[in-house]
Amino acid sequence: MYRIHHVEKLTDTIYKMDVEAPRVAKRCQPGEFVIVRTDEKGERIPLTICDYDREKGCITIVFQVVGQSTEKMKQLKAGDAFKDITGPLGKPSDFVDEDLETLKKKRYILIAGGVGTAPIYPQAKWLHERHIPVDVIIGARSKDLLILTEEMKEVCDHLYIMTDDGSFGEKGVGTDKLDQLVKEQQEHYDRCVAIGPMIMMKFVCLHTKELGIPTTVSLNPIMVDGTGMCGACRVSVGGEVKFACVDGPEFDGHQVDFDQAMKRQQMYKTEEGRRMLEQLEGETHHGGCGQCGGEA
Amino acid sequence: MPLRKEKVPVREQDAKERACNFDEVCLGYNEEEAVSEAGRCLHCKNPLCVGGCPVSIHIPEFIAAVKEREFEKAFHIINESSSLPAICGRVCPQESQCEGQCILGKSGDPVAIGKLERFVADWAREHHIMPEKAKEVKDQKVAIVGSGPAGLACAGDLAKMGYQVKIFEALHEPGGVLVYGIPEFRLPKDEVVAPEIENVRRLGVEIETDVIVGKSVTVDELMEEEGFDAVFIGSGAGLPKFMGLPGEQANGVFSANEFLTRNNLMKAFMDYDTPIFHGKKVAVVGGGNVAMDAARTALRLGSQTYIIYRRSEAELPARLEEIHHAKEEGIVFHFLTNPVEILTNEDGWVTGIRCQKMELGEPDASGRRRPIPVEGSEFDIEVDGVIMALGTSPNPLISSTTEGLETDRRHCLVADKEDGATTRPGVFAGGDAVTGAATVILAMGAGKAAAAGIDKYLKKV
Repeated sequence: MYRIHHVEKLTDTIYKMDVEAPRVAKRCQPGEFVIVRTDEKGERIPLTICDYDREKGCITIVFQVVGQSTEKMKQLKAGDAFKDITGPLGKPSDFVDEDLETLKKKRYILIAGGVGTAPIYPQAKWLHERHIPVDVIIGARSKDLLILTEEMKEVCDHLYIMTDDGSFGEKGVGTDKLDQLVKEQQEHYDRCVAIGPMIMMKFVCLHTKELGIPTTVSLNPIMVDGTGMCGACRVSVGGEVKFACVDGPEFDGHQVDFDQAMKRQQMYKTEEGRRMLEQLEGETHHGGCGQCGGEA
Repeated sequence: MPLRKEKVPVREQDAKERACNFDEVCLGYNEEEAVSEAGRCLHCKNPLCVGGCPVSIHIPEFIAAVKEREFEKAFHIINESSSLPAICGRVCPQESQCEGQCILGKSGDPVAIGKLERFVADWAREHHIMPEKAKEVKDQKVAIVGSGPAGLACAGDLAKMGYQVKIFEALHEPGGVLVYGIPEFRLPKDEVVAPEIENVRRLGVEIETDVIVGKSVTVDELMEEEGFDAVFIGSGAGLPKFMGLPGEQANGVFSANEFLTRNNLMKAFMDYDTPIFHGKKVAVVGGGNVAMDAARTALRLGSQTYIIYRRSEAELPARLEEIHHAKEEGIVFHFLTNPVEILTNEDGWVTGIRCQKMELGEPDASGRRRPIPVEGSEFDIEVDGVIMALGTSPNPLISSTTEGLETDRRHCLVADKEDGATTRPGVFAGGDAVTGAATVILAMGAGKAAAAGIDKYLKKV
């Protein structure tokens, strides 16, 4: 069992938890993830490691309630425990193994979309602690979906916040800011890291390709075991089949087939949606979702 | 008493009924049937059956005990050689092992050794007979990587010798392929696998789940920081193969590993959270036991199911019993057929599988006749799901994170056949991690051999 030390509600749907997982905390690096299972009947879901405390043996995870499993996780309080947490999984971000002197000559721009701010955070922190120039753009639909902005400010040189509706920071999307920085302010970046919804990463990549900035993305396909034994998370990168859980989750964004990856994400969507509706509405759920054949 | 040529038939669930449930197909012998079948054994002075068993169970001795109704004694005889008899009695390909050697098989049915082993193990479990813990306790520690058949067999034997044994398992449940791969209807999890693993724990073996050796901890750390004197790697061959066909990334295409893991380990067929694909028509590509398991699982989830195999029926590598069961349950076989493309609609879902007819040419390196495509023979089968059961290879995670561990071209660990010693002192390996995908009992045999090798090594250190 993996005990929860602290729970914080960041927005209406996003939660942050510090959880005891000593083996993971001891070895994890930016870019890696864990697989968690809440209880005996629970499914295995992947979550990025947002932060870690090696001394306490704790890791920080951030999740958005999107389906049945995250709905269950939301119910957990400090003192409760996860049935299983396993990791660290995946490959660490490329910069972790780069020569530090070479790295210090590079300037990074990190672009986070929504809950993708959580996996961007440990990367900014790692780079900033080593005095590598790093700017961060956080984009969200509106003010109440922004997370970790204060924490992020501490771990980067410049933080830009964008909201679709202009309710906080500047109005617009992350790529607007990137265009402005590069085209108007003549800022130069050697590498971009973009993490967020698939569609957001796809658009960032279209922009950075045009701007000539090499771009890393962190993919979030469906996963089961997370150790390479099933291929549920397979993606096409540069025309080759890769398993995101062992070959990634970070890939060269200009090589990823996003359209295919987005189609694969839909695979269990209807079933998951149906289950969540059933659970939320219980006996009163008699169709209407358009999938289960019930009367609307 | 005259020789009885035919074995006592074993009771099975009716084919129509079982095609709709996940309960065990084979019901096994009862006491009377077991005693009667045991009566057919000739108790050969030089028993060939024992030579056919990869862990050399004292077969005539345990069968003699069954005949005398001394079931507890029979269990302890088996336990000297095997820690997982309820499992082996169910999933071993006995026709090519112990029973394949039985002298009675020359002029009739061989003794049903597997069914007798299963009976004894099930009887012992029902009567709470358990293996005994070692009396002597040694202070040396052995780490076992992987809790599949190889790891469990190795751990069981080392614990009986008195070593302190700890198994590290990547998934949340121990058992390896016994829990995620082989379906419930061949090997019940709660009733058979869990108690069998509990018996290994009872011998003193500790099991830590959720530990991925190579990521959560390395072999070097186990030896240098956690104080293990020797390590056995039984991490299996879990990486699925795909064919590289157009359309293979479509929605509705699964590796057999994913499909079976969702169903068996995550219990998608029950009231659990993990979803699974329920196709109307499903094609399973391949002809091994995994293909049979995937097809029979899809059938039970309500799909009309086809098996697509590029050679002919005679070359099917699956167990005869499983092929027979699959046919009885209504699975349709397309022999000498090979997929060339997976057809999809614009939303990215599978709509069919384009196949090519094959004919058999000259024997290849494996001794089986090589399938050759027949030109212009393409035809489509309408399906909404495809399961790829083409075999698996070892995960390079451990070999790539451990100094001095040699592998071959197929990522298999290089290990001595006799004692499992790898190229690194103190590190042993066995099972599919060394041989590539093989059988449960060969993995157990390798685990057993490595336990003897580790014992010898630790006595010298």
